Amino acid sequence: MSRLFIALSLLLTPAAASAACTVLTGGATVYLPEGPKEGVELRLADGRITEVGAKVGATEGDVECAVVDATGMTITAGLVESSSNIGVVEVGAEKATVDSTGDGDGVRAALRVIDAYNPRSTLIPIQRVEGITSAVVKPEGGRIAGQGGWANLAGATQSEAVVKPNIGVWASFGGASRAQGLLQLRELLDDARFLRRKGSAYDSGNSRELAASRLDLMALYPVLDGELPLVVGVNRASDIEALLRLAKEQGILLVLSGGAEAWMVADQLAEANTPVILDPLTFGPGGFDQMHARADNAKLLDEAGVTVVLSSFSSHNARTLKQVAGNAVREGMDHTAAIEAITRGPAQAFGLDDYGKIEAGAVANVVVWSGDPLEIGTAVEQVFISGRSIPLQSRQTELRDRYRTLPGTPVPALPVE
Amino acid sequence: MPVFARAMRGCLISLLALSASAAAEEGPKSADELFEAGLAPVESSVLFETQTVILSGGTVLTAAGDVHPQGFVVLTDGKVSDVGAGAPLAIDGAVLIDTTGKFVTPGLIDTHSHLGVYPSPWARAHSDGNEATKPTTPGVWAEHSFWPQDPGLQRAAAGGVTSLQILPGSANLIGGRGVVLQVVPHRGSRAMRFPGAPETVKMACGENPKRVYGEKGGPSTRMGNLRGQRGAFLDAVAYKATWDEYAEKLEAYREAKAPPAEGVRRKKNAPVPEEPKLPKRDLNKETLVGVLNGDILPQIHCYRADDMLSMLQLADEFDFDVRSFHHAVEAYKIRDILAEREVSVSTWADWWGFKLEAYDGIQENAAMVHDAGGRAIIHSDSSIGIQRLNQEASKAYAAGLRMGLELTEDDAMRWITLNPAWALGIDGEAGSLEKGKRADVVIWDAHPLSVYASAEKVFVQGALVWDATTDNPTWSDFQLGQEVQP
Repeated sequence: MSRLFIALSLLLTPAAASAACTVLTGGATVYLPEGPKEGVELRLADGRITEVGAKVGATEGDVECAVVDATGMTITAGLVESSSNIGVVEVGAEKATVDSTGDGDGVRAALRVIDAYNPRSTLIPIQRVEGITSAVVKPEGGRIAGQGGWANLAGATQSEAVVKPNIGVWASFGGASRAQGLLQLRELLDDARFLRRKGSAYDSGNSRELAASRLDLMALYPVLDGELPLVVGVNRASDIEALLRLAKEQGILLVLSGGAEAWMVADQLAEANTPVILDPLTFGPGGFDQMHARADNAKLLDEAGVTVVLSSFSSHNARTLKQVAGNAVREGMDHTAAIEAITRGPAQAFGLDDYGKIEAGAVANVVVWSGDPLEIGTAVEQVFISGRSIPLQSRQTELRDRYRTLPGTPVPALPVE
Repeated sequence: MPVFARAMRGCLISLLALSASAAAEEGPKSADELFEAGLAPVESSVLFETQTVILSGGTVLTAAGDVHPQGFVVLTDGKVSDVGAGAPLAIDGAVLIDTTGKFVTPGLIDTHSHLGVYPSPWARAHSDGNEATKPTTPGVWAEHSFWPQDPGLQRAAAGGVTSLQILPGSANLIGGRGVVLQVVPHRGSRAMRFPGAPETVKMACGENPKRVYGEKGGPSTRMGNLRGQRGAFLDAVAYKATWDEYAEKLEAYREAKAPPAEGVRRKKNAPVPEEPKLPKRDLNKETLVGVLNGDILPQIHCYRADDMLSMLQLADEFDFDVRSFHHAVEAYKIRDILAEREVSVSTWADWWGFKLEAYDGIQENAAMVHDAGGRAIIHSDSSIGIQRLNQEASKAYAAGLRMGLELTEDDAMRWITLNPAWALGIDGEAGSLEKGKRADVVIWDAHPLSVYASAEKVFVQGALVWDATTDNPTWSDFQLGQEVQP
């Protein structure tokens, strides 16, 4: 057997899902906010990480506590996919199963895509068994697509799964012309300000015409206040410049998504403190807006001090996130920075302070790996979401097991009693 | 390997026909002579002069069953002249490359690429992959759509890919001919053709054709798909009979016209057969006759197990062999049948769910096919994925190990080297590091199944086409002058 995959034989049994608390003993290598550290133990209780230290151990009275031996393992915060439609799409080409996209190219700022979140989607277990514990669920289409949310990939109800229904307002520019798209964004923000000032006049019908509906403009108030970022899909460097100018002029927060040419304006992005969500594998040039895409985009941005968030930009295959990050490292990004970019980076970009880190008090989304989390042969040994141990099963493991021996189907005849 | 034998026979016949064509310039032409005219080269495919190169010191993964932890490969005149463990014999004038700490593998081969026919950057003007005007278009050739300036080609080379099959898209039931190319810069696709590679044809089953034609006169159902394909082959059978008859008449005619061999006396007043009348050529049917004759290898886009079984019924009805199912995300469900019939499986490591026929895709697919004795292949179908085929194979390998299958690294490497070579009918020439095969070779800076590995040097027929340690001038005219000019 290969050296690369030797750790696979060290399979653990999942901790009891019902345990009120879990202690991860054995002194694994743990990715802490200050970097990886060997010989660290964790205690998870009531959905949080309650203790991080050299010797946490199960204490007296801890009879309810499951103990997991993580000797030789690597532990990180659960991975976060920052650009997905998980929970709002089941089969891409079947419209009836797709709830991420509104009609037309209009303005739907008030739309909360997480209202459509299906916690029973088969995509959810398929991602989490590979270490993805949270997802940014975003709306698609239109000048303003709507509000995205943050979900934990566990829980049988929306109220259990949805952590925050609104973490940003997703927008695009382009369309008929880039300049017109930008003008439309400017007009919407301006009209939102107007409505806020002249709300009573509007209500009594004594207002000029506005660029969008009342609810849509009201949904932009948190953006005007800098409470929610405007998340804009953009690749070309000059487009990024134009957006940074807009954000400065309007006093709003931006998160950029795509960012193929972001490396060319890295200093401006760092100065504006604007995070970039990017996929280091997507350099083609896939389109005329990414002629200067480079494989070491993530590295260059990180070194310039930009908050880098790595993404698979995929829902069915959000599980490739670790491969995505591994490729950023292959192209020169610091290994620890790459892990941050799929854990703490997304949490910072979207203001979820309790996520994406191994620290006392943080939400207990924790993954135990057989080795380097970014290496392809590394296996996920344990996944905890809000402190609960997640069974490593999915629709795909069930298909695999049914066809482990052929014919698989038809299933055998039922016994005659 | 019955299909391969037949395919090679086809090539030989074509070659003989070519040499015979000079003698037969006068008078009616044979089908093979006419066919060869469609393949005549315009520019030379001779690419580069090569030196003798010795790669020595690192791990050699041959994809032929051997792994040499400290081995060597010698490249001479475009071929692998030696490969083995330990140190090579010194050769006067050879360039020695120290591969200590590195890994040497055969060049990667992708059975499913749309580079050049759907090139980057995406542009409507370059969307040349689907002749979506009729559901059955076997007469079109991907080669004629291929844009050799696609920047994606050099990126594929940088990922260690040395040959690939360019296919038409999957809108059509029978979408046209694919073409096997070497990954090298050239001015036209014909000169990039992999010498000696058989012709291929792309077919598709399932959702795509019925989606594209459902409101354009059909097919709009899977049963409509099958009727379309069976109908096309029925026509081809009738067409073949016409040409077979013509071939017989032509042979008799040429025999009668040729001067008798020495010592052979012809009967006086023997009747001279009439000059046979050339039947009307039909490019669509010509391609399908190539399939019926075993000269053109069918490459069938098909996801679901039951759809693949329908395609095997089609193949049985018209007595041809399916060479490779492409995408085939449910191959694991029928892996016993596919292995027994020697149908290879070109699939992804983990794509699934983007449409309903891809809903049952699992990461263990390739490994389970391999485990059943089948030929598993990891293909890209993507200008991005083709840059990292080694990682895709590694994911499929890891999934197989995790479910407890016995697999070796050599197996995983075969999924992107020797097995795709077989699917394209070029495994006698490429796909493994063996004496006498083409010197299509990659030096990796780390284990190729690691996410951190990059191709450091890539050789095609012994010529260095990519070197990560130096500046590589862009192959693509399109990319010239696009750099930032302050």
